[in-house]
Amino acid sequence: MILDSKIPEGSLAEKWTKHKFNVKLVNPANKRKYDVIVVGTGLAGASAAASLAELGYNVKAFCFQDSPRRAHSIAAQGGINAAKNYQNDGDSVYRLFYDTIKGGDYRAREANVYRLAEVSVNIIDQCVAQGVPFAREYGGLLANRSFGGAQVSRTFYARGQTGQQLLLGAYSALSRQVANGKVKLYPRTEMMDVVLVDGKARGIITRNLITGAVESHSAHAVLLCTGGYGNVFFLSTNAMGSNVTAAWRAHKKGALMANPCFTQIHPTCIPVSGDHQSKLTLMSESLRNDGRVWVPATQVIAEKLRKGQIQANDIKEEDRDYFLERKYPSFGNLVPRDVASRNAKYVCDEGRGVNETGEAVFLDFRDAIIRDGKSVIEAKYGNLFDMYQQITGEDPYKVPMMIYPAVHYTMGGLWVDYNLMTNVPGLYALGEANFSDHGANRLGASALMQGLADGYFVIPYTVGDYLAQSPSTKITTDHPDFLKAEKEVKDRIQKLLSIKGEKTVDFFHKKLGKIMWEYCGMARNEEGLKKAKAMIKELKSEFWSNVKVLGENEELNQSLEKAHRVADFLELGELMVDDALNRNESCGGHFREEYQTPEGEALRDDENFAYVAAWKYLGEGQEEELVKEPLKFENVKLTQRSYK
Amino acid sequence: MDLTLKIWRQKNNSDKGNFKEYKLGGVSKDMSFLEMLDVLNEELSEKGEDPVHFDHDCREGICGMCSLYINGKPHGPQQTTTCQLHMRSFNDGETITIEPWRAKSFPVMKDLVVDRSAFDRIIQAGGYVSVNTGGVPDANEIPIPKILADQAMDAAQCIGCGACVAACKNASAMLFTSAKISQLALLPQGQVERKRRAEQMVAQMDAEGFGACTNTGACEAECPKSISISNIARMNREYFTAVVSSENL
Repeated sequence: MILDSKIPEGSLAEKWTKHKFNVKLVNPANKRKYDVIVVGTGLAGASAAASLAELGYNVKAFCFQDSPRRAHSIAAQGGINAAKNYQNDGDSVYRLFYDTIKGGDYRAREANVYRLAEVSVNIIDQCVAQGVPFAREYGGLLANRSFGGAQVSRTFYARGQTGQQLLLGAYSALSRQVANGKVKLYPRTEMMDVVLVDGKARGIITRNLITGAVESHSAHAVLLCTGGYGNVFFLSTNAMGSNVTAAWRAHKKGALMANPCFTQIHPTCIPVSGDHQSKLTLMSESLRNDGRVWVPATQVIAEKLRKGQIQANDIKEEDRDYFLERKYPSFGNLVPRDVASRNAKYVCDEGRGVNETGEAVFLDFRDAIIRDGKSVIEAKYGNLFDMYQQITGEDPYKVPMMIYPAVHYTMGGLWVDYNLMTNVPGLYALGEANFSDHGANRLGASALMQGLADGYFVIPYTVGDYLAQSPSTKITTDHPDFLKAEKEVKDRIQKLLSIKGEKTVDFFHKKLGKIMWEYCGMARNEEGLKKAKAMIKELKSEFWSNVKVLGENEELNQSLEKAHRVADFLELGELMVDDALNRNESCGGHFREEYQTPEGEALRDDENFAYVAAWKYLGEGQEEELVKEPLKFENVKLTQRSYK
Repeated sequence: MDLTLKIWRQKNNSDKGNFKEYKLGGVSKDMSFLEMLDVLNEELSEKGEDPVHFDHDCREGICGMCSLYINGKPHGPQQTTTCQLHMRSFNDGETITIEPWRAKSFPVMKDLVVDRSAFDRIIQAGGYVSVNTGGVPDANEIPIPKILADQAMDAAQCIGCGACVAACKNASAMLFTSAKISQLALLPQGQVERKRRAEQMVAQMDAEGFGACTNTGACEAECPKSISISNIARMNREYFTAVVSSENL
């Protein structure tokens, strides 16, 4: 199998412009003859659904939450990047492109990333026009801040709730199209399968989460905007409902899954406090603009601290190790996330961790408060400080915050070409659900950018190109392929309900999460990965023979919802391990202990691994087939990433 | 901590429903309220009893999905969302009463889960600026005084959880509706449709069966995002101005 990324000809800067001219168009009067299904209503989904409806297509939008406004994009805190260069500090489309490629450790496609940087400027214009209340300076113009992995200030923000404001903007555009009758909303509805007719995606099967009804929906194209799969780790910063089900079912129907082992572990999260914990809370990366990361210089002092014999504020300046500033003087506390996380792990492994579990480092605002005053810090981060205090019971204005890395984002996802189409015709993946733009590590404030770029500015062109070449004839849901898919879904539901085993769904989820975090988390090695694979296989077979799913299908049944999701996570987990085992190099968030520089930095192997690892599902119980898409770098030079 | 939980159980929308009492031991003060319910649900599931259904998602206090009327207050004793409420706010041996949001316009679907789609329909009635994707001016071509941008942001922080409705003896949705009307009325982008928006959103709010405002301030007191009741005053002003000078003939 050969993957065609369909990257347009021409110089990097001209590709998208030329491609937009070359795509086929659907006549305005014909657009109403086409139906498009959008699954997920986060930034990518809501923006795509609204934009396509504005163009005249008939859109059906699905989400599992009770309202499209609740998708997990809403929780993004820090900001959104755009190459506006409003600060006159040397930013440009090319620099944003370069920072993103480098930040991703040279494992992303040049053409996709350049396009992302190019349309980033339009996103800010669009959001402002919608009434998104971005932070402003006294002169009335937009304010910016800086984020990890960049030396310019290009991040636009709305306090610590940028994701919320951008999503509510996209949701408002979506709501307008609902009112116009161009979008039909299906909240509390979970996608259970994608339906292929003659090899093309022609619809989906859903389960109504209130009534349990299994239903078919037919369309001319299907867009999966279903986010990432970080919840495979059980504990992550994802929402409780975030899942891989839609993407995984598409994968089992033939869509390739690319770079699944590329997981982002975010350095600044509130540390785990106990076994009861259900999720981890992120403290925005923007805090690293003013907070200084440190641990005690010696194990002895750290030991005293953990025993409560001394307090953080008692530790003298010379006994503090500001390890990021020490090791990376030019980027300091603003190194990319993978570097910051790994270094936090190193100092904790050395026995210098600062909380009871020994798995935490300080993020200290003492110096910033002395320098700028409490009110300035409060204005910038007030809501984050409040949230921290709410969760931990400690006041970060007085004592340093404690943070530790946690699973946050997945760079891997469904393989897509330049048009965001998977290898299944008519099936698209947008936002975090695809693999395309962030390589092996995503820079802060780039997820919001990608979600909205895909939805507002890329998909309206590329879906049109596909539809223009497809007949507008509709397929009814009594077509044999729909009936077959519906039956498969119903059978699976019955199977889960009929096991009536002894262990709850959460039991399996937690166990899987522990395996993934231990062996396929911040650091991986061959031996551990092989062990993990065997453990996951065993867990999976135990799940299908001993899981306890209560209740019936024909009701609101949260235990059944979870069972479906965890069943898919179990399969995905195994593929992540395969992918991590295959990639005999370290890059970005994928750190194989066997492959590191003498300083402990990720050691890439460009000769053998400068490719996208796309995996093809071959059937139940079979090993997946690896399909490689070579990455060609024509504009940037591959170098050892340095933030020193 | 050992707790007694009095929880509203209701099989579905047409079931009558009733309170059921549960004993739960070994609760840690560091747990969030929802994690405490997770523990209860694990225990119930192990015994083969139907777990207590409740809405939740982000567990970071921003998605607005969690609800729960705890000891007679929406989101419980602290001015925060239920997911951010921690067990350190309760005492050992306490009895905690947990109910769904109580409002006619938020019908109960099961146990503690309610249907808040009325809020979506209020936004659909006009909670937006009618601009299509593309073709908009450069972001910095619309300067906005910082103070107005900040006030708009204060209003825009609403998470649509519905605590305001649950807190109000009239089950009024005026705080929710006024937050969106205020955000857009304060910003230059919202001016063009200002009157139409106020009229249509208020009309939809009434059509959904939400009650009127009698200025008790319960909504503001319970709002986890500190949305100010002054937004309601602004909404009234917007609405009356719109009605007396209506372009909506």
